[in-house]
Amino acid sequence: MEFFKQFAVPHPSFLIYGAMVSIGLAMLAIVVGITYFKKWGYLWREWITTVDHKRIGIMYLLTALLMLFRGGVDAIMMRYQLSMPENTFLDSQHYNEVFTTHGIVMILFMAMPFITFFFNYLIPLQIGARDVAFPRLNALSFWLFFMGMGLFNLSFIIGGSPDAGWTSYFPLANNEFSPTVGTNYYMIAIQIAGIGTLISGINFITTILKMRAPGMSLMKMPMFTWSAFIANVIVVFAFPVLTVLLAMGTMDRLFGTNFFTTDNGGMDMLWANLFWVWGHPEVYILILPAFGLYSEIISTFARRNLYGYKSMVASMVVISVFSFIVWTHHFFTMGQGALTNSIFSITTMAIAIPTGVKIFNWLFTLWKGKIVFTTPMLYSVLFIPLFTLGGVTGVMLAMSAADYQYHNTMFLVAHFHNVIIPGVVYAMIAGLTFYWPKMFGFMLNERIGKWTAWIMSIGFLLSFMPMYITGLDGQARRMSTYSEAAGFSMLNMVSFVGAGIMAISFVLLVYNIYYSIRYASRDIGSDPWDARSLEWATHTPVPEYNFAVIPEVASTQAFWDTKKNGHELFKGKIEKIHMPNNSGWPFIMACFFFVFGFAMVFSIWPVVIVTLIGILVCMAYRSFEKDHGRYISVKEIEETEAKLRGAKK
Amino acid sequence: MKELFPLKQVMGFVFSLVLTAVALLVHFMDMSFAIGLTVLLITAFMQAGLQLIVFMHAGETGDKKTIYTNVFYGLLIALMTIFGTLLILVWDM
Ligand code: HEM
Ligand SMILES: [Cu+2]
Repeated sequence: MEFFKQFAVPHPSFLIYGAMVSIGLAMLAIVVGITYFKKWGYLWREWITTVDHKRIGIMYLLTALLMLFRGGVDAIMMRYQLSMPENTFLDSQHYNEVFTTHGIVMILFMAMPFITFFFNYLIPLQIGARDVAFPRLNALSFWLFFMGMGLFNLSFIIGGSPDAGWTSYFPLANNEFSPTVGTNYYMIAIQIAGIGTLISGINFITTILKMRAPGMSLMKMPMFTWSAFIANVIVVFAFPVLTVLLAMGTMDRLFGTNFFTTDNGGMDMLWANLFWVWGHPEVYILILPAFGLYSEIISTFARRNLYGYKSMVASMVVISVFSFIVWTHHFFTMGQGALTNSIFSITTMAIAIPTGVKIFNWLFTLWKGKIVFTTPMLYSVLFIPLFTLGGVTGVMLAMSAADYQYHNTMFLVAHFHNVIIPGVVYAMIAGLTFYWPKMFGFMLNERIGKWTAWIMSIGFLLSFMPMYITGLDGQARRMSTYSEAAGFSMLNMVSFVGAGIMAISFVLLVYNIYYSIRYASRDIGSDPWDARSLEWATHTPVPEYNFAVIPEVASTQAFWDTKKNGHELFKGKIEKIHMPNNSGWPFIMACFFFVFGFAMVFSIWPVVIVTLIGILVCMAYRSFEKDHGRYISVKEIEETEAKLRGAKK
Repeated sequence: MKELFPLKQVMGFVFSLVLTAVALLVHFMDMSFAIGLTVLLITAFMQAGLQLIVFMHAGETGDKKTIYTNVFYGLLIALMTIFGTLLILVWDM
């Protein structure tokens, strides 16, 4: 009995029991459904074992959308709790758990897979390749990420959620102040997902460097691919810091080491320091691909070349270095001297310059463009002013002396939502709408899409602008309640209403998908937006080999030149194509990781040892496995091509 | 016969053993903290360079430029992180 007690949620409430029951029922329904419709084989053959970058991408997308809704529910609960003074909807412990999981879920399990979805789906298509450099490794990345995500979410119903903030600062996160297993989940689940991210970073860098179509020099790559390249370089140099940091934190919690303790030579501030050595580059990992998507969308719908290609690339290269030398701005108030704070104030303000260059480039692209207001374009145009607002408040926060006033208030919360929502989330939705027809063969409804964009923006403004004010008036972040006398009630209520409106816009997004599945035309060809770069030169649906003949490229917008300027894209003739085989091993190995992680969280050592051996066996198996892939014959390719061309008309 | 003998690799291996031995001296000999750490840092960086160039063939393919750019970028980031951290937590705390 003792053994089972540790799995109980330490601080239960009706909400959690309700969630347990509903999660249990949903899982049961899924299992029964798949069995009833006899889909297990299909699932295994077509998805779980797949190494196709497009399918892996779509699995990332589904995970991201799922997590968007989980994080969204957290957000609504927090806003409701704060909408009235002395509210008792969530007690302080639950409030801690909710804001902690909201932060981690949104950044690591929503935004990260969302951008990885775009990396997976778009990079090979944009550079004219047939897959990523290491397809099998790509599957492993996804499954590690997925298992990390699963393990993290399990904390909610088994053992209790982490509650020390998404930053998990020590000493709060040590065993004394965070005695439940929640923070163990934090350390280990993020570790597993992070290894997946690191592996895919290496994979995409190699893909971009080695697999570009003939003629595509680095300076002829589409802008999204450039942004993805830089983002992945940052991943490869920032994520190892997180890996080491989490390992040290795990050892402090499970094995009694003293890295972050306050005595025995440990130093708790080292956690905050190293966390942000990873954490600040991380926010640029999120925003750069978003910038890349906006670049694609804006140049497509302004119907002209992206203005200032070279300065766009240069500013991203500068950002890739500078994003590593600003991290102290997250803890100006920790106690280091004025010299240090001044240095990091200046570097932080300096990073706003390349960001500003990009904003002006988009504006100049729009200038004299023949603008077409589609849904993706609407998001991009809304993004420019809203994001700039977030950038400006960022520069305010960057002044270290002033930051003593802003730090850890709702002003800060308003800042980062102001850059992340119009910056990252809008880009994700705009990109999703833009590439939806390429992936699924029909377009999302434009009218509903535009309503969604406007409603989301109104909701966003109502929800976050009041926080700037209450923050300046002294409302602290991460406080579960406030007194009536504080005078924050009115603005927090507005904020709750805004959050509700944003929730409506996300429901509308889902409704749009449903509506379009039912009513949208399937007869849209393979280039419905009249776009410019290589990914649109493929058939819809994209065949598994992407390009029957590898394209030859002479400019940044090869496909546009083919349509308008008589460039010949496909010169060669069809030859047999070498493709990698599917494999179940990445999934199996990731399952071992999942059980390993779970056993680590609860310190069940025999299981830890057994699963560790399992992981090593999987790796050894892979080392000795002989798998030379397979060939698709010319006849088969010609048949597929004829069929797809016929469908396209 | 001479062409077949991997002279460079054998020399590299011997040299890396020497570096390891020198690093071990820090443990067995009585030296001040500063000298010991200097010895360790120097031998560690030489060891890493040796592994990269001799045994991982960093400069031998068409990707030479990419690989060295990557190494220097990594060094730059690492040094900025280390010295930044020292500045924050030791020199200016
Ligand atoms: C013009 C560029 C930017 C500047 C100057 C800037 C500046 C800052 C500063 C100084 C802080 C710390 C404030 C404090 O804790 O008191 C901060 C926090 C934050 N920023 Fe920015 N920022 C910029 C852009 C961005 C972007 C593009 C993102 C994400 C896409 C972002 C995400 C965040 C996050 C997540 C935090 C808070 C993390 C936390 O404490 O939980 N920022 N920013
Ligand atoms: Cu930052």
